[in-house]
Amino acid sequence: MRADDFLYPTDAGLYCPAGDFFIDPVRPVPRALITHGHGDHARAGHGAVMATRQTLDIMAIRYGEDFCETRQVADGAARVGGVEVSFHPAGHVLGSAQIRLACDKGPVIVVSGDYCRTPNPVCAPWEPVPCDIFVTEATFGLPVFKHPDPAAEMAKLLASMAEFPDRAHLIGAYALGKAQRVMALLRAAGYDRPIHLHGAIQRLTDYHVEQGVDLGDLLPATTPKEIEGQVVIAPPSAFASPWVQRFRDPVISFASGWMAVRARARQRGVELPLVISDHVDWPQLTQTLTELRPDEVWVTHGAEEALVRWCALNQLRARPLRLVGYDEDEE
Amino acid sequence: MKDFALLLERLAFTPSRNAKLQILQHYLERTPDPDRGYAFAALTGDLKLRAVTPGLLRGLVAERFDEQLFALSYDFVGDLAETIALIWDGEPVGDLPLTDAVHLLETTGKAGLPSAIAGVLDRLGPSERLAFLKLATGNLRIGLSGRLARTALAQMGEPTLDDIEEVWHGLKPPYPEVFAWVTGGPRPDRAALAPFRPVMLSTPTDLEELRALDPAEHVAEWKWDGIRVQAVSEGGVRRLYSRTGEDVSGAFPDLIDEMTWEGAVDGELLVRRQGEVASFNELQQRLNRKTVSRALLESHPAGLRVYDLLIWNGEDLRPRPLMDRRAVLEAADFRSDRIDISRLLPFGTWDDLAALRADPPDAVIEGVMIKRRDAAYVGGRPRGPWFKWKRDPRVVDAVMMYAQRGHGKRSGFYSDFTFGLWSGADLVPVGKAYFGFTDEELRELDRFVRNNTTERFGPVRAVAPKLVVEVAFEGVNRSTRHKSGVAMRFPRVARIRWDKPVAEADRLETLEAMIDAPNVFAADAARAGTRHGRTKRAGGEDEPGAARPRAPAGYLGTEDGEGEPPKGSR
Repeated sequence: MRADDFLYPTDAGLYCPAGDFFIDPVRPVPRALITHGHGDHARAGHGAVMATRQTLDIMAIRYGEDFCETRQVADGAARVGGVEVSFHPAGHVLGSAQIRLACDKGPVIVVSGDYCRTPNPVCAPWEPVPCDIFVTEATFGLPVFKHPDPAAEMAKLLASMAEFPDRAHLIGAYALGKAQRVMALLRAAGYDRPIHLHGAIQRLTDYHVEQGVDLGDLLPATTPKEIEGQVVIAPPSAFASPWVQRFRDPVISFASGWMAVRARARQRGVELPLVISDHVDWPQLTQTLTELRPDEVWVTHGAEEALVRWCALNQLRARPLRLVGYDEDEE
Repeated sequence: MKDFALLLERLAFTPSRNAKLQILQHYLERTPDPDRGYAFAALTGDLKLRAVTPGLLRGLVAERFDEQLFALSYDFVGDLAETIALIWDGEPVGDLPLTDAVHLLETTGKAGLPSAIAGVLDRLGPSERLAFLKLATGNLRIGLSGRLARTALAQMGEPTLDDIEEVWHGLKPPYPEVFAWVTGGPRPDRAALAPFRPVMLSTPTDLEELRALDPAEHVAEWKWDGIRVQAVSEGGVRRLYSRTGEDVSGAFPDLIDEMTWEGAVDGELLVRRQGEVASFNELQQRLNRKTVSRALLESHPAGLRVYDLLIWNGEDLRPRPLMDRRAVLEAADFRSDRIDISRLLPFGTWDDLAALRADPPDAVIEGVMIKRRDAAYVGGRPRGPWFKWKRDPRVVDAVMMYAQRGHGKRSGFYSDFTFGLWSGADLVPVGKAYFGFTDEELRELDRFVRNNTTERFGPVRAVAPKLVVEVAFEGVNRSTRHKSGVAMRFPRVARIRWDKPVAEADRLETLEAMIDAPNVFAADAARAGTRHGRTKRAGGEDEPGAARPRAPAGYLGTEDGEGEPPKGSR
């Protein structure tokens, strides 16, 4: 059998026939393995779901306890049909994992999910997992993406708060992972005033605190008079809603790897772009491929073309996996 | 360079004028001389450095990066300097003071420039690389006018903005005397004789807006399609300035010779032969020149039509009402047959004026100017005293033939379109347009292009001739550079005619009939018109449809020059 008989893309997502399961399926399936809790990877309505305990908790918080029929915590190696399956930290968000598939009489395949190699105070660090085939994301798969030190981005935020001490600084950050990372980075930068939260990120933030992540003094962003000149963290969608109208002349900020490109920041009307990403940047992507040196690289969502080109220039076999349904903006 | 890079980044993303002022003021307050002076000049476009060309940058890139990876990156980022700043592998070593960067660009010879630039890029971080490249290419695109920047200066100390404007002209970067003055030192002497004074600008209007005003309180004049200039002749020094204060005397020695009077006047620069005003296309050939040939001086003589007096025989008339200034103007003797005055139009009602505007006596008239009788002459663009009411744009119904992918915000969208008109049984490309539609229309156009592609040439697609688009433009000239032999000025999409059969699109003859005036120097003119246009993109030279006709805006700055789209475009 060829390698792509063991794992291949379908309309529902990446399918492994030997184990009869899908990885991060985009529509309801009988059996799903989930890499992490972001909405485009973790959806409700599957039959059986296997994921890390934290990812299962996060899915229950987002979708309710009945988000699937049965769930199984990934803990060490487990057999699913003719495949030995194990989950390994991906360093992307709390609970995120790479999934290693060792198929009987077949290759070892690692599906990276989304991953990040920059130390992240809110989740376990990425681990290299040797494999024959590495299925990598390529969200920031262009050589222009070299994420700066997040501490330097925090310094920019603090400088802006000093320059405009009366204006609330509203930071757009996705509710799972990025929001809590920004809080942790602020604390690491020595910011000790309360951080105000939009309601939509409260529960996931509480969950991080329950899991032992120290985020300091957190308050709901409900009393606008007291939050002039303060930091408020909100999901980016809130900036398009009337919720923003409560702030007088806020500084609109956005924490995302896309903010490295000015046109992207302008497109979103961002006044203070903060380049903070939960994905590998180009140097980390290429370093990972160089270190793992798999027989073959399959490139999924993102800039497949450029990474495949880099692999060709570096004598690595690579091909794009044209998966649909993943939202590259979810960062 | 670090502080300068941060300043540029903050200014680029800050939409509010007041926040911009605050950021700039804070920067100027905490940055020492001469860095702050050079930063100031760079922001206002007054730093004249050897301009590093996109070609030079492309050369640097070609040496170091895989062509395909760079092309994919550029396509995503949308800006050449930014792509290079991001993709470059450099390790920041210390910091390069802005002054040193400026000196390096000033003193390095052409041959040594590529390696000098690469050397600097190697030792800067990404934001500083971008700031350095923007400085080197002279293209900061911060959206900060000189006047706004000087407002920040005025906020630093006692001198008012007007105080600063009066002494400004003739001062040179890095302006140590100005920074000394605003921080408590003595007022600098006015450095230049025959200085430039801030020009008064108008705002666009239409009949509906005018109806709210009393016609009896206003006067009107023809708006000539020339170049707005300030001609100054004081104490034997004569200068001709563009409306942005750029000294363009060198290109117009024939007019300078005629300025034998004493004063500072505001008017329209025109090419005139025996009293006949020539088209803007002909005037264009006199632009962009340091020296002018005798032949060109004879074939394209420059003249001036004066509409206002700022200073006359030593008296500053600016605080006085327009009609007082006009009385002096009408009595003035300019002692030259190349200089005359702009006459007032007789009208009693706005409808009278509308009728005049609809039927101007000369093809080189592009509308009417309306001015309040009692208004003082105020620099800048105060809203109210002066209006421009331009003629309606011309339109043709053209057929979409090619589409090119956009960059940056339009990355991934087919947003630049080449249009053609019928000539016999064939379509001939006549121009390109890349704005005038809404975001929603852009999505529909993009879908249309994808569903009707017949051929691909890199980022360009040939499209089946199925869609008619109403293209609006300001004028049309003969051009040997275009296959069709004509070039439109400032074309844009006025309406998408999903309903109209392509067979009913206009013919090339229709467009030819709109040509303003025959012109033997058309090829030169087309070049002058595009030289200061947008930087060509990768592969742009091979685009079907050839040149991108553009308003000759950036250069001397006609009244509409500051990137302001004509009324009616979206």
